[in-house]
Amino acid sequence: MNFFLQPLTLLTFFPLLGILILLFVPGSQKNTLRWVTLLTTLVTFLLSLWVLGMFNASNPDLQLVARYDWITVAGWNIQYYLAVDGLSILLVLLTTFLTPLSILSTWTAVEERVKDFMIFFLLLEVGMTGVFLAQDLFLFYIFWEFTLVPMYFLIGIWGGPRRIYAAIKFFLYTMAGSILMLLAILWLGIYGGTFSVPDLIAKGSIPANIQMWLFLAFAAAFAIKVPMWPLHSWLPDAHVEAPTAGSVILAGVLLKMGTYGFLRFNIPLFPQASVQAAPWIALLATIGIIYGAAVSYAQADVKKLVAYSSVSHLGFVMLGMFALNSQGMQGAILQMVNHGLSTGALFLLVGMIYEQTHTREIKVYGGLWKLTPVFGAIFLIVSLSSMGLPGLNGFVGEFTILLGAFGSLAINNPWFAGISALGVIMAAVYILYMFQKMFLGPQGPIADEVKQHGHALRDLNWREIATIVPLLIFIFWIGLYPKPFFALMAPSVDKLVSTLSSVAMH
Amino acid sequence: MTQADFTTVFPLTILVLWACVLLLVDLFIPKDRKGITALLSALGLALTLGLTLTQIGQETTGFNNMVMLDGFSVFVNALLLISGLLGIGLSFGYIKRMNLERGEYYTLMLFSISGMMLMAQAGDLIVVFLALELLSIPLYVLAAFDRPKVESEEAGLKYFLLGAFATGFVVYGTTLVFGATGTTSLSGIVTFLGSNGTPGLLLSVGAALILVGLGFKIAAVPFHMWTPDVYQGSPTAVTAFMAAGAKIAGFAALLRVFATAFPSIAVDMTGVLWAIAALTMILGNVIAISQTNIKRLLAYSSIAHAGYILMAFVPYGNPDPLIRNQSIAAGLFYLVSYAITNFGTWGVVIALEKSEGRGLEIRDYAGLGRKYPALAAAMTIFMLSLIGLPPTLGLVGKFYLFRAVMAGGFTGLAIIGVLTSLISAYYYLRVVVVMYMQEGNPERSSESFLDLTTAFTAIATVLISLVPQFLFAWASAAVLKLF
Repeated sequence: MNFFLQPLTLLTFFPLLGILILLFVPGSQKNTLRWVTLLTTLVTFLLSLWVLGMFNASNPDLQLVARYDWITVAGWNIQYYLAVDGLSILLVLLTTFLTPLSILSTWTAVEERVKDFMIFFLLLEVGMTGVFLAQDLFLFYIFWEFTLVPMYFLIGIWGGPRRIYAAIKFFLYTMAGSILMLLAILWLGIYGGTFSVPDLIAKGSIPANIQMWLFLAFAAAFAIKVPMWPLHSWLPDAHVEAPTAGSVILAGVLLKMGTYGFLRFNIPLFPQASVQAAPWIALLATIGIIYGAAVSYAQADVKKLVAYSSVSHLGFVMLGMFALNSQGMQGAILQMVNHGLSTGALFLLVGMIYEQTHTREIKVYGGLWKLTPVFGAIFLIVSLSSMGLPGLNGFVGEFTILLGAFGSLAINNPWFAGISALGVIMAAVYILYMFQKMFLGPQGPIADEVKQHGHALRDLNWREIATIVPLLIFIFWIGLYPKPFFALMAPSVDKLVSTLSSVAMH
Repeated sequence: MTQADFTTVFPLTILVLWACVLLLVDLFIPKDRKGITALLSALGLALTLGLTLTQIGQETTGFNNMVMLDGFSVFVNALLLISGLLGIGLSFGYIKRMNLERGEYYTLMLFSISGMMLMAQAGDLIVVFLALELLSIPLYVLAAFDRPKVESEEAGLKYFLLGAFATGFVVYGTTLVFGATGTTSLSGIVTFLGSNGTPGLLLSVGAALILVGLGFKIAAVPFHMWTPDVYQGSPTAVTAFMAAGAKIAGFAALLRVFATAFPSIAVDMTGVLWAIAALTMILGNVIAISQTNIKRLLAYSSIAHAGYILMAFVPYGNPDPLIRNQSIAAGLFYLVSYAITNFGTWGVVIALEKSEGRGLEIRDYAGLGRKYPALAAAMTIFMLSLIGLPPTLGLVGKFYLFRAVMAGGFTGLAIIGVLTSLISAYYYLRVVVVMYMQEGNPERSSESFLDLTTAFTAIATVLISLVPQFLFAWASAAVLKLF
């Protein structure tokens, strides 16, 4: 029994209880299904707050460890090993925070096969939480691959017109990366005699030439997930076709699994290779920032615009992380959270208007603010947050990242930071352009079209406001007073940076 | 006949006797109550399984080293008997529904399983030949069981002709080995090579011919041509049994003969095995992409999986016994994972098959997710397992397998293995796409034993992947007795 009462085990697997209940609810009682799922995810969120309460922010090491031998026969040494530290605590919270909001957003948007939808969503939450907590490579791989399956169904069943194509593309792309990681994991397991990441790190340095290969194998899996330019082509398809809740989770959490993977595995396990690769990663990240921003500007579909903006934003995260200094990494982690909040909120908002108009084409909108003032105001705040306006969350993350990258010894080239700063300006261009086309100016044709179908465009209802307000709170909080968030991660990041510099930077 | 002779073949003898008696008993069972025969066959298999399990940990040889009893043979026999039980579970309702219900169906299965068990225990090339015939001939008959349907007759004839040809290879290989070493006994070969040093070309050619013959049985490329036609033409329940049983037995014989008698020619053989494994994985998976018939798709999938299992076989000559044993254990583990998943998949296929071979196109599965969620969920689990994704046995099996291959120093082969798994994801997922993402109105046949078998295999596929310890331990303890 002890096993299940471990806080992290409970947190990870709690949604399974919700699934168990869902199985006994008849599929026709849609509201019961929704409530059961919402309550399950809310309790999961409370559990994660409980974990946060027990988390000691001044301790840089792994905490709340749940560690048991799992498969230890025949020369295997696989453990069930969950733990949390400053690198992952915020991402765990982000996951449990975004999931109930996503469920809330499906209240009227998902009417088909509600039961299946909710089951897949809860399964997805188990997988995502597990990814951020697993400290054994085998366990991690299981969670990592497992997230693919429910997401594949969410896109493939409840997605847009090209959903099957998008779902398969998403699946194959991601799997292509992770199978290479699988081989690297196996290699490490044979080499180190264990799959536990802390033990492998403690065991010390892997020969430099092999490190690079392993680094690349892990990077293949994570770079596709992030996605880094030029491996991003699955992302617009998946985002555009996914249902709103799927897009929120995809952008909010699944992409972070990639960046988190670099932070948790690539950098500590392969320090020399990380230092060697840093300028190259910075190069790809910078290209991604500029490319993502430029392509965003050219989009006619608002969801696609937001999707490409992710490529740009995640470029910042990668740039900060591979600055390999404390500032850059802290900025990167914060920016992961920021992106989850802002882009998650943008997808939610786009989903809300799409539910009424059934189109995402920017040019048919216009003058929305007059019709839906609350929606317009919230959309503006979120847009400004996404483009990094000072006082909102995006600015804090991007600024810290650019500072880190500018002074980075590993990248050793201020130009990357300089060019990336242009990305901030470009973000302002495409986001304000979108906002102007949709919300300002003369009224677009869509309003009349909707009216012809009986009811005029309405503003946000209470449920929708309840979905979006929690995000706004954090957008302001991080923007105005980010200190508690940095405090949660700083000791762990500092520890990682100091080990890194003692091992790899002489 | 000494005590040891008797012990080594005890469960096998019981099964053969049971089958012989059942053949007579069946004459007195009225035509409309052939279920009794099925029940009695299952009982015989269960009894033999019980006897086999009491032999865990024993190690003896009988009949002058012609028949072996060791951890390996017990493991394989147990797996074969479980496969037999699952096979009967799939067949029971199916052959009634397809008007194939004749008592000898089950007896033939029992005889075939006896042959497979003998194959796993063979300590002499002559016994390998004997076992091969004993397992194959009933299968030829079973493949043509749906006579006078042309497809089934074609399947039976094709399987028979190519099978006889392959058996010829085994016999010819055996004679060459005999010519080189003066003996057909595995222990004799080891002794001869031990005292006479480096083997000649004759031995290598002989071994290669045996590889060809057995490669046919396990459907390895380039000896796979018969597989799609035979799998498609045979009654589906027979296909399910053939895909698992014949493969397990073929691998058992290959592993035993090569790892015991031929480690000294590993230098010559490793390259060949490497190439066969790689080709089998690539070809099986690539051709499967274009299949529209589920039976053919699964036929190519079974070829591909033969390639994966062959990977475990490539390091068989590694000087480090730990690596050697681990790769054999990985092969055995993968066989278990494949057998369980395989029966489950075919169970779903059987549930949806209608008379005259309808209901076997992949597009017939459209709408399954909505209409029969449990069946579709089971199929999804099996597809995930065949790809090698969590939370299924397939992932654990591949993990074990790739690790063994990498520990043996064949990283290139492991890379081919993972890349072909990626290819396979495409066509397995297509089945899932059709089931869940396309509209249709499939019709299932609900038969209690069939449902039970499918449910059992689905649960086993997930559950064993979460607690695989005991199977790991058992597989890695299932080592070959060496001389």
